[in-house]
Amino acid sequence: MLITRKVEFSASHICRNPGLSDEENRALFGGAANPHGHGHNYVLEITVEGAPDPVTGMVLDLKTLKNIVNREVVEVYDHRFLNHEVAPFDQVIPTPENIAIDVWNRLQPHLSGPRARLHGVRLYETPDLYVDYFGDAA
Amino acid sequence: MLVTRKYRFAASHRLHAPELSDAENRLLYGQCNNPFGHGHNYEIAVTVRGSVEARSGGAVDVGLLDGLVEREVLEPFGHRNLNQEIEAFRTVVPTSENLGREVARRLKQHWDAVFPHGPLLEKVAIAETGRNACEVSAHEIE
Repeated sequence: MLITRKVEFSASHICRNPGLSDEENRALFGGAANPHGHGHNYVLEITVEGAPDPVTGMVLDLKTLKNIVNREVVEVYDHRFLNHEVAPFDQVIPTPENIAIDVWNRLQPHLSGPRARLHGVRLYETPDLYVDYFGDAA
Repeated sequence: MLVTRKYRFAASHRLHAPELSDAENRLLYGQCNNPFGHGHNYEIAVTVRGSVEARSGGAVDVGLLDGLVEREVLEPFGHRNLNQEIEAFRTVVPTSENLGREVARRLKQHWDAVFPHGPLLEKVAIAETGRNACEVSAHEIE
């Protein structure tokens, strides 16, 4: 069974590869390469897989899930400039793909119990663009 | 990694199966069988599967995807009567299912020219309204 909790955060970022010229960055990222940065209202859906506990009827207490996601991700990302304030985005381009991977890496150690384990991370950068990451390479 | 991009277009259609009688068509399709047709604000979601490329930090060049969808789907379908103006629907009923197949077929046909080194087309979802949806996996399309 899968259970999903949705949270939101707002943050700014720049999509820029420091190994490329300004012109190459503009060609690759368009307006997202603006060196002053820009922001999004991100929506994050965290999906946990497991079997419901026969006594509580829950895969994982949703309050527990909410607290983990808030502590490990929302409080770290919310109202921050990701490139300047949140590692690893001083080194890694904060595309939605890389943000989803980082969210997975932050949550996975806390969601790997015998009954409930992290299944997937869905990150919306805008209502029309989202990525799904399941911990695999492709 | 899956990346999904949503697009919209408005078009008209009529659901009418030529193999059935007029009475059977009215019974089956109801209002959607109105001979003058009717329209929808369609929403399509195109999902791509790829790995994150180090140069861009992305799994797909969204600009290239937008260009392909614009050229093969939004431009030909937008503000058209699907039954009368799209060749595929002269003989095939333009249900969500068949529309999803046609969108996936068009994208798949031109995919390798736009993305010769990946990523892969994973699926296409199409919604006539906010209350229904149809999903077609790329492997269902020859």
